[in-house]
Amino acid sequence: MHMHLERDIEAIHQRLLQMSGVVERMIDSATRALIHRKPELAMEVIDCDDEVNKTEVEIEEECLKILALHQPVAGDLRRISTLIKVNASLERIADLACNIAERSQQMQSHPYFPSPEGMETMVHLATQMVRMSLDSFVRSDSQMALKVIQTDHHLDELNRVVIAELLCLMQEDTHLVEPALHCFSATRHIERIGDQAENIAEDVIYLVDGDIIRHKHGDLGLQNRSTKLN
Amino acid sequence: MIQSLANRPSQRPVRTEKVMQEPSTETMLNIQGLSAWYGDFQALHDISLNIGENQVTAFIGPSGCGKSTLLKWCNRMNDVVPGASAKGTLELPDLNILSASTDVVALRRRIGIVFQKPNPFPKSIYDNIAFGPRLHFKNLSRTDLDELVEWSLRKAAVWDEVKDRLRQSALGLSGGQQQRLCIARAIAVGPQILLMDEPCSALDPASTARIEELIFELREQYTIVIVTHNMQQAARVSDQTAFFFEGRVVEAGSTQKLFTNPDQKQTEDYVTGKFG
Repeated sequence: MHMHLERDIEAIHQRLLQMSGVVERMIDSATRALIHRKPELAMEVIDCDDEVNKTEVEIEEECLKILALHQPVAGDLRRISTLIKVNASLERIADLACNIAERSQQMQSHPYFPSPEGMETMVHLATQMVRMSLDSFVRSDSQMALKVIQTDHHLDELNRVVIAELLCLMQEDTHLVEPALHCFSATRHIERIGDQAENIAEDVIYLVDGDIIRHKHGDLGLQNRSTKLN
Repeated sequence: MIQSLANRPSQRPVRTEKVMQEPSTETMLNIQGLSAWYGDFQALHDISLNIGENQVTAFIGPSGCGKSTLLKWCNRMNDVVPGASAKGTLELPDLNILSASTDVVALRRRIGIVFQKPNPFPKSIYDNIAFGPRLHFKNLSRTDLDELVEWSLRKAAVWDEVKDRLRQSALGLSGGQQQRLCIARAIAVGPQILLMDEPCSALDPASTARIEELIFELREQYTIVIVTHNMQQAARVSDQTAFFFEGRVVEAGSTQKLFTNPDQKQTEDYVTGKFG
């Protein structure tokens, strides 16, 4: 019986990893479309979303089937519940990548609007967080997951700086309000990708250590999410 | 009569060790350093567990790990097994169970047991329930006995199904009804502890569900220890769980912890079905 369970969990695991590869490419393309103003990349991202949505539903159905048929406990239960949650987070990241892609399309009509200085660093940090959170999931490495949670603080800080810069631009020149608002929105989406990576990291810590650390970052010497946003 | 049976006061023990009970509960069954043998074979090795009052405690583990042996020592059923012996502490708040001077008939009134296979007496449904009270409570009036039979059958959630055929043989009941009858028979004498040795393993899913509901309801009034090979059942019905392996307690604690994040790898491997 347990062999069946392991085989089913492994199959879902592989599907999730394939999906994560697609989602990582979506983030990369969406952010390049935004920063380098490449509309063709934006379209690619938006076209991928349907496939990710479909895969997410299929993975969830498979997980629910395992819960019903095998009624897993202990490590197996934590693995399945983590798969369900990481699956949902990845789908949400794909949605955010689509949002960024749409904002990049809006920015096409403002080719001379300068991207804020910190935006590329934000993209780099968010991408790194997603990659590290997925690596920590694959390796069942709670220490790496903890680093992702620590990194989110830097991303939030940068987000504040970028927003402040955009506000200054809007105040200085009202013609820049429209592109700055698009840019502002894209920035928030990048920051939310970091939040989703943090969610995955929290799920990995539950998977490995059995501790639910959500809303308990203060106890770990980390900043609580509720206090870190603007 | 019924109330006095149901609400018997119990003395509180001095608690020596908290092993597996909620901090707020009192110890009902104190087991310390208990070892047991069948001839030269040692079946239990230095078991220490505190069974909390009004808690459901599950004993899990592969066949031959000692969980049923421990259960049988709890009401001295091993007395009749040739070569069986035990040493250590096994006590109720006010009674040393292993003491030679302990009246085992009185002990079994306080610690009832329900077995894997329903074992109604070849008597009427009424007489099955009335058997114990007639033995233990002399001078019980007919009215009191009728009330006690009804109360026990209601408590065991089988009254509605048997009330019109109390004088018929208990052997005519279905397996699930027989098992609930046996539970009714056990509680009719007002025990403090109910031991259940795989009570659902011979039952269909619907009867199993009824027994599990019953366990949930009985926990209000009784301390229940259940031996089960069904991991999901242990997880569903118990507050505390002890995992036995080769006569030793590998891990004991809250059921939620044991089934979501056990401390011992051996426990994890057992509850997830990797061995056993």
